[in-house]
Amino acid sequence: MLTVRNLVVSGGKGASRVDIVSDVSFEIERRKVLGLVGESGSGKSITSLAVMGLLPHPQLWVRGGSIELDGADITEEPPYLRVERGHGGVSMIFQEPMTSLNPVVPIGDQIVEAVRVHDGSTGITARNRAQELLEMVRIPDARLQLTAYPHELSGGMRQRVMIAIALACRPQVLIADEPTTALDVTVQMQVLSLIRELCDTFDMGVLFITHDLGVVSELADSVSVMYGGKIVENGPVERLFNVPLHPYTSGLMNCVPDPSAGHRRFQTIPGQAPKPGEITKGCRFAPRCRHAQAVCTTDTPAKVVDGPLHSAQCHFPIARGAS
Amino acid sequence: MLFYVLRRTGAALATLAAASVVIFVFIHLIPGDPIYVLLGDEATPEQVEALRTRLGLDRSIVTQYFYWVGNVLQGDLGTSIFFQDPVTLIIRDGAETSILLACVTMVWIVLLGVPVGVLAATRHGTWIDQGLSGIAMLLASIPTFWVGLYLILIFAANLGWLPSSGYPSIFEEGGLSNLRYLLLPSLTLAAPNAALILRLTRASMLDVAKEDYVRTARSKGIRPQRVVIRHILRNALLAVVSAFGFTFAALISEAVVTETVFALPGIGRLVVQSILRRDYPVIQGVILVIVCLYLIINLLVDISYRYLDPRVELE
Repeated sequence: MLTVRNLVVSGGKGASRVDIVSDVSFEIERRKVLGLVGESGSGKSITSLAVMGLLPHPQLWVRGGSIELDGADITEEPPYLRVERGHGGVSMIFQEPMTSLNPVVPIGDQIVEAVRVHDGSTGITARNRAQELLEMVRIPDARLQLTAYPHELSGGMRQRVMIAIALACRPQVLIADEPTTALDVTVQMQVLSLIRELCDTFDMGVLFITHDLGVVSELADSVSVMYGGKIVENGPVERLFNVPLHPYTSGLMNCVPDPSAGHRRFQTIPGQAPKPGEITKGCRFAPRCRHAQAVCTTDTPAKVVDGPLHSAQCHFPIARGAS
Repeated sequence: MLFYVLRRTGAALATLAAASVVIFVFIHLIPGDPIYVLLGDEATPEQVEALRTRLGLDRSIVTQYFYWVGNVLQGDLGTSIFFQDPVTLIIRDGAETSILLACVTMVWIVLLGVPVGVLAATRHGTWIDQGLSGIAMLLASIPTFWVGLYLILIFAANLGWLPSSGYPSIFEEGGLSNLRYLLLPSLTLAAPNAALILRLTRASMLDVAKEDYVRTARSKGIRPQRVVIRHILRNALLAVVSAFGFTFAALISEAVVTETVFALPGIGRLVVQSILRRDYPVIQGVILVIVCLYLIINLLVDISYRYLDPRVELE
């Protein structure tokens, strides 16, 4: 349904131009959750803003590739133009529920604003729809809360309001950019299961962006792992977790502490993620990779496959059984 | 809310009491003597002494202060040494000009400063923005008397559209049409102030535009104009409104140059002339009224915040 093909997002002009996201492709289907995993600075959030049509121009722009939704090209099309042209909707919820709502406008009005644009309804009809949406995201006393201001709500409640606003836009695809990172652990699980449930009720696809592999394994149907602005491995969630092909994927999984293993040193990946434009040749993970050889720093790795859905970009993929 | 206003009024009265001491002491520290202003250099010592006693200036400064405060509390600001008229009447005459001038000027400032600031912010980085910011910088830098004189030259002397000086009260013959006397002075006063509000609006808009909730607003698919007005400007105005308050107070108390250029009988000119004449009761009275004005405007700005920003708690 949503198809991103060879997306390149660049920043800067002329000689100082760098590609922040290069050659990213993925697909999202209805009622499926795609997890996009990577460290900070890997280009996850920029990718999602590009899909939303909300890249901050002129600092960042789409230099190549395409974004299609139900066959319509929506590349670089801001949300209001998507509405005008009758293209399908992509909605987004953000990492910081504290700052993502307008502090001086009651939340009901903020939802109604979206309802009016996407349903064409006004007045009491739009207001009732807003209340219905608040009930769907399980906000107690929805009617009363319509007049509440964001500062009167907790972080978890604000994130639910954000989800209600996103749903008011009747999206085909919901992008969730680390929506639980800023929330308490107990609230995190509630928000995650809510997103999973709404994905079915609203018949939409979800692009779930996170650096938390635990969350991905519970929520996602398939996973794309991003590193240095590229997707280095993607596949169905069980396949990718059981048989990681790329050393970076396996490194990330080793970083998750295992309580059953008792006390031991935390595993880390040595070094730091490259800055955009820092590595232009070969595999971008090569400087930090235990398996790297000379060819890794000179030649771009080819695609290796493990079945029809699972693939990675690596010269020396981890063989089955090894690690 | 009521409790808040009462508490703030109490604090304001304390400020006022402290201010009255400062005003009184500093005015009497100004070198010079109103007696010689009135009698000239050739007065005999006897005449000087007689007048000094009549005006009460022979008493100690502490006695004079309490005498003055006692009268102020009864609504009597004293009698002008120079005019021999009650200070309250003199201030009332000046206040009409000053308040009307400030109001007309505020209209210009709001109508020019805010929309043009919004325009500059939405065209951020383009030649429109640079041009407008440049003009604003220029207007903020040109001396007021220069702008005033050129406006007189163009609209009064050459075109003959508007009067060049003076201001007959709107309660006298001509009524509200007398406001045309205030058009050129208000434009003169508005120029630098509108420029500042423009720059403040622009800077505040650009700050707010980076906020996450503006991105949320865009993601909803609402039109860019609506994002600018309802989400960016609405929040940017929080910073601008407090500037409105101080600007208004300053327009009343600091319009001396404009009042002089256009020969307006306003408060600013009254203060300066009274200082030159060492007319203590008038200076004290006017400054006291201006202090009150600042306190009231401050309170009004704070209360208006309660309505502009729901996060503000007044209690």
